[in-house]
Amino acid sequence: MATPVRLTTLKNPTSFAAKLYELLSSMRFAIALLTVLGIASIIGTVLKQNEPYANYVVQFGQFWFGLFEGLGLYDVYHSAWFLLILLFLVLSTSLCIYRNTPGMLRELRAYREHATETSLRSFAHRAEYVCADESAGVARRLQDFLVAHGFRYKVEQRAGGDVLLAAKAGSYQRLGYLLTHGAIVVICIGGLLDGNVPFKLQEGFGVKRVETRDLAAEEVPQDSRLSVANLSFRANLTLPEGAQGDAAFIRMRDGYLVQELPFTVRLKDFRIEHYATGQPKSFESDVEILDPDLPQPRQATIRVNHPLVHDGIVIYQSDFQDGGSLLELDVWPLFSGEGAPDRVRTRVFEDVIAGEGENVLRIEFEDFRFFNILTLDEGPGAQPRNVGPSLTFKVRDSQGQAREYLNYMQPLNLDGRAYFVSGMRETLQEDYRYLRIPADPENSIGDYMRLHAVLFDAAQLPEIARRLADKTTPETATPEVRARFEQSVRQLLGAFAKGGYVRVAEVIEQAVPEAERERAAEVYLKVVGNAAFEALIMSRERAGLPPPQPDGDTLEFLHDSLNSMSDLFFYGSPFFLQLADFGHRQASGFQLTRAPGKNLVYAGSVLLVMGIFAMLYLRERRIWLLVKPAARQVLFAMSASRKSPDFENEFARYRQQLQVLLEG
Amino acid sequence: METTLPFAAPQPLLKRLTWVDWGYAMLLLAGALFAYARFAEYMNLYEESVLFGSVVGFSWLGWYFKPVRVLMLGIAGLSLFAIGQYQGDLARAEQAFFLQYLLSSQSAVMWMSVLFILATAAYWLALLARAEFAGKVATALTWSAVLMGFVGLMVRWYESYLTGPDVGYIPVSNLYEVFILFCIVTALMYLYYERRYATRQLGAFVMLVVSAAVGFILWYTFDRQAYHIQPLVPALQSWWMKVHVPTNFIGYGGFSLAAAVGVAYLLAGRGLLASRLPAREVLDDFMYKSIAIGFVFFTIATILGAMWAAEAWGSYWSWDPKETWALIVWLNYAAWLHLRLVKGLRGPLLAWWAVVGLLLTTFAFLGVNMFLSGLHSYGQL
Repeated sequence: MATPVRLTTLKNPTSFAAKLYELLSSMRFAIALLTVLGIASIIGTVLKQNEPYANYVVQFGQFWFGLFEGLGLYDVYHSAWFLLILLFLVLSTSLCIYRNTPGMLRELRAYREHATETSLRSFAHRAEYVCADESAGVARRLQDFLVAHGFRYKVEQRAGGDVLLAAKAGSYQRLGYLLTHGAIVVICIGGLLDGNVPFKLQEGFGVKRVETRDLAAEEVPQDSRLSVANLSFRANLTLPEGAQGDAAFIRMRDGYLVQELPFTVRLKDFRIEHYATGQPKSFESDVEILDPDLPQPRQATIRVNHPLVHDGIVIYQSDFQDGGSLLELDVWPLFSGEGAPDRVRTRVFEDVIAGEGENVLRIEFEDFRFFNILTLDEGPGAQPRNVGPSLTFKVRDSQGQAREYLNYMQPLNLDGRAYFVSGMRETLQEDYRYLRIPADPENSIGDYMRLHAVLFDAAQLPEIARRLADKTTPETATPEVRARFEQSVRQLLGAFAKGGYVRVAEVIEQAVPEAERERAAEVYLKVVGNAAFEALIMSRERAGLPPPQPDGDTLEFLHDSLNSMSDLFFYGSPFFLQLADFGHRQASGFQLTRAPGKNLVYAGSVLLVMGIFAMLYLRERRIWLLVKPAARQVLFAMSASRKSPDFENEFARYRQQLQVLLEG
Repeated sequence: METTLPFAAPQPLLKRLTWVDWGYAMLLLAGALFAYARFAEYMNLYEESVLFGSVVGFSWLGWYFKPVRVLMLGIAGLSLFAIGQYQGDLARAEQAFFLQYLLSSQSAVMWMSVLFILATAAYWLALLARAEFAGKVATALTWSAVLMGFVGLMVRWYESYLTGPDVGYIPVSNLYEVFILFCIVTALMYLYYERRYATRQLGAFVMLVVSAAVGFILWYTFDRQAYHIQPLVPALQSWWMKVHVPTNFIGYGGFSLAAAVGVAYLLAGRGLLASRLPAREVLDDFMYKSIAIGFVFFTIATILGAMWAAEAWGSYWSWDPKETWALIVWLNYAAWLHLRLVKGLRGPLLAWWAVVGLLLTTFAFLGVNMFLSGLHSYGQL
């Protein structure tokens, strides 16, 4: 800056306090803080924040997990050190303002009318004129000149009849500095008000602690509850339809806190509306606010982008989930040959125990989705569509190991054919791998399961082999040839029922020399296919159904079925769950916030914008015109707080105009 | 005041207006009143404010930067013509001659793309061959491209309502649309400075940035069919979007201009094209002014974003990756301005910084959506 800002100096500049003041209020310090803040912020964006701690352990391993936890990297923006830096930034900026404001204000007011002629002559931007007339009107005309260009001025009479006009314009540029820096302080204070500093302090003194056990809101002990008086919070409340709650949860680190509310929220109804294309159009919750201060409950609808404000607390539509839907399931056993399902009734969030002893399995029903918008077709013009309900559940064995499954209720159209699809994954980090079960011509899973029951039942294999032999061995074949054929069909199907195509391949490897394997495999596959066709006829006979058409569709069905049955060995579950019916019950997730710092932040934002405008778009310029009637001379000098081409142009223009004005 | 001065004293903007300026403002007002008369029942107070606020805003813009008046008339004329051609039937985009080849939003955007690429070539020809005429052609092409881009967006706005009355939305809500917005805003800002500095040489650099964005639009169109109009997710159904997004893109536009000029500055510093480019002081000033305007709008956009976030996500600042990167970009340019204004720094360091700043901005704009997860996930590629 052309005009250095005067510093307020302390009496004893060598004392520790003075040095500290010097450091804290320096720009170097502020920049260093901002840099650390910037880097910390970047870490916070790269490392996913506020995930369940188990995910971090999986991602980083125990050692790094512990280290990062110690550094507070899982919630950078609320860690003590981050808040401390913010606090120092506020302090540093405040001191900087305190230190520079007096000088700034002095500059803003001052006209610098005491500038000497010598100093004016040393200006880079100056000009001298000899007046055409010596009338006293010169000073008057110069004043008009200054006013016309928006300058304010002060007149000073000097010795020897000289007159100095000291003028300035755009002085409020300097206010820009105060406004922007003041704004940063105001915004930070607002932000700190809305942060969780009070809780951090209470936690530090051991008054409060984070609850990590899985408890119902009312069972959470007092030292993990925040009272209604809590100044600021941001909490979540999930309510199933028909339920109500007067306490919300604040997620923190690996646990949570309970925030008590001054009122009760009851969810009457939750709705999702859809566009014609199936994408969601709106999420709406009809709620009732039961407030002891109100004579009657307050009715309201909360939508995304349309929160409800009650008693200083803002309630937002944040998410939705299942609220414990009723489920009716067909359980198809996959490794015992019964071919008929068990019917089970349960609810989402409930568990069902299957099997006993060593083989006991716990089925944990986690989620039901009424709508699933998927883009199944490929290529241009592929539109997302609703493919109907789905069910997510976990199957946990006696060791506690769990696999997660995602089953769609209705068959999905994939590559032009309909399949019942079930996704399976062993950990949350994996993508699902999908089992595709072909739907039969009635669009049901029946044919597949009946066929499966026959093919996987060792007692049925001789009959299949016999029927196949009837059809394929020539009538002239000897009984020995026929018996050998049946024997190998039984062996082949037996292998398939024990381990799918993998097992069949092993059989081929053992029995056939390497050179002939490829041809043998072809023959074997064909035999399995033909045998499956016979099995399909048998399975339909047993169910009292007409035989299948021996056409391309049936062929495709058998092909898909065999592939799918072979995949069952990797499916990891001894049964297949088919959703038969459901009663949908939804839950709506609300976010409740109280943020008294919000208005402070907004006010700071207004200051910030005003300040930036002033700093960037006001140009402080000063003009001195020294009129010396005796010598008929006028000295013109000009300065600006910032040199710029605009200033050069302005100076050139004024110099020229003054010449016309003075010299005629 | 008595006129003792032998020259015309500078007058404030309002006193310098001619009847053409007032006529232009009246036309804008008439348009807004027409829209209000027809659609008032679908608007809330905020949308009414946006509508009439835009009359004031665009009047001022047209008064301040006169060619905008013609541009606005062109946009209105062509858009209304296109809407008339539709006769309320979306299928006519492929049947009516003018729509199919010129004015359906997709055709208009293609025209914009072609014109921008031609303009880039013309600017380079003008720069390398010192051909003044080519420069004039380049300017005309750029203006035409801006016109077609705006028409494309306006018609798309209308088309979105033809897709379904409940689907209609202002087309600044996905990457395809905001890239078009980016191209036209950046080009328009450049055209302003081109007039102000009376130099066409920098168009070659600025239009390279715009052409890169056009390249993205073309890839996005042909590879991903991004031109399909998809209805808005609930989070985006807010009048805040109408102000937040365009404001942000004026910011991005300013930063892009600065980076393009920064490249020119650095080349000139190494003696490349130096004789063809404006003086270093002009480049420096250009760079500063672009960053200044970009910074002002980026600041306002971030504040508007915070206010929207308070309404949609329940908190004005959630340290969402997008927000955090916006803060980093803001701090970056704040530091740039601080060093230049307070410390008086000049020279190649600032030019390098402006170029790197654009990379940071690009990451905040695109990279965050591509590599990081968060609440702005609807901008995903």
